[in-house]
Amino acid sequence: MAERVRVRSMMPPGHVRTPAYLRGKVGEIERSLGAFPNPEELAYRQKATARPLYRVRFTMAEVWGAEAENPDDTLDAEIFAHWLIPLDD
Amino acid sequence: MPHDHHDHDDFHHDGMSPSGHPYRADNDTPLTYWQVMEIAIRELLIDKGIATASEIAVQIDTMDARSPADGASVVARAWTDPDFKGRLLQDASAAARELGFDIGALRLIAVENTADIHNVVVCTLCSCYPRNLLGLPPDWYKTRAYRSRVVKEPRRVLAEFGLTLPLSTRVRVHDSTADMRYIVLPARPAGTESLSEEQLAALVTRDSMIGTGLPKSPA
Amino acid sequence: MDAPTVPPMTEETGRRWHDMGGLKAGPLDATQHDFALWEKRVDALMVLCSAKGYFTVDGLRRALEDMGEDAFETMSYYERWVASINNNLLEAGVYTVEELGRRMQEVMARGKTYGEASGG
Repeated sequence: MAERVRVRSMMPPGHVRTPAYLRGKVGEIERSLGAFPNPEELAYRQKATARPLYRVRFTMAEVWGAEAENPDDTLDAEIFAHWLIPLDD
Repeated sequence: MPHDHHDHDDFHHDGMSPSGHPYRADNDTPLTYWQVMEIAIRELLIDKGIATASEIAVQIDTMDARSPADGASVVARAWTDPDFKGRLLQDASAAARELGFDIGALRLIAVENTADIHNVVVCTLCSCYPRNLLGLPPDWYKTRAYRSRVVKEPRRVLAEFGLTLPLSTRVRVHDSTADMRYIVLPARPAGTESLSEEQLAALVTRDSMIGTGLPKSPA
Repeated sequence: MDAPTVPPMTEETGRRWHDMGGLKAGPLDATQHDFALWEKRVDALMVLCSAKGYFTVDGLRRALEDMGEDAFETMSYYERWVASINNNLLEAGVYTVEELGRRMQEVMARGKTYGEASGG
């Protein structure tokens, strides 16, 4: 997984763990957490596949732009790999 | 009566519990539709052999026994034992189990406050909380106000909790979106060099482990 | 108290009501309640049923989310939970709607308080 990632901006209607406020935003992988059963499958009684999960760190400037209280404060969230687009070469 | 077992009458006048909170609708108030559903579901599960009455009672006791005091003892150990602190930051679940806490499947990450960094924890999508260590979350943790605002204006929210941080302090907000739960390791207060581990634990508040407060100062 | 400002799920954004991070909301209210026995029992049923594999916390959350914002505003936390647990147990085939309906009727016939109806 690349160091820098962009969160996918898709907005499916079902149970997902990617908050809307982070979709389309660019962050850095803070740590890799291993693979976990996909909640998007578990929620519907589907057979869940294990998906890699990462902690991604965003700056408040990236998430909120000019509305950020302090641009250098950060926001960390756990995001599954299938929601992340690698940005590094 | 729900408060018969308390000894000191002066603690529960005005319909308040000994902890100073109003009682929820309980055994002696009119039955609600959702209470009826709870009773019916529980009985059906027992009838069908899926759960026993004693299993349910044991689970309630297990959850009742968990409290912020458990987290406080983890924090106090980390303040007094640098090796333990290292293990806590490496794998907080293992560190909590090392102190004898039954945290079930909880996957815990400890995030450390320093002179320059202040951490605060939220679950914007739901109300995820390290309940198997700290017990059930406070009501405010589950509110729209906290969930909506703390990711965007953590400093204003912390100020409403009475905690004003200088701009030089970096705020790190942690949104518990998936399988991890978080506990803040607060910074050890100044002037506590002579305190025992037990005395230190008494300074650690629930809110200081969520990040909406700081530990108490020594008396 | 400010009116709720979280917009409903819209065709323009696809954002759902529970996904509230970053939206405007009123001041913090630190009022705390003690939990009632029936609420602790709901919590215990969730933990036991998920531990035994009848449904997942993800399924619990999916049903809570699908209840919509109105439920969030009008029902208490554990009222929503018991409704979601019921949905999940019905889906899992643990009991039927008819069994639940009959049992609820029996429970209501026992008395007017939780204590009477639950047999303690």
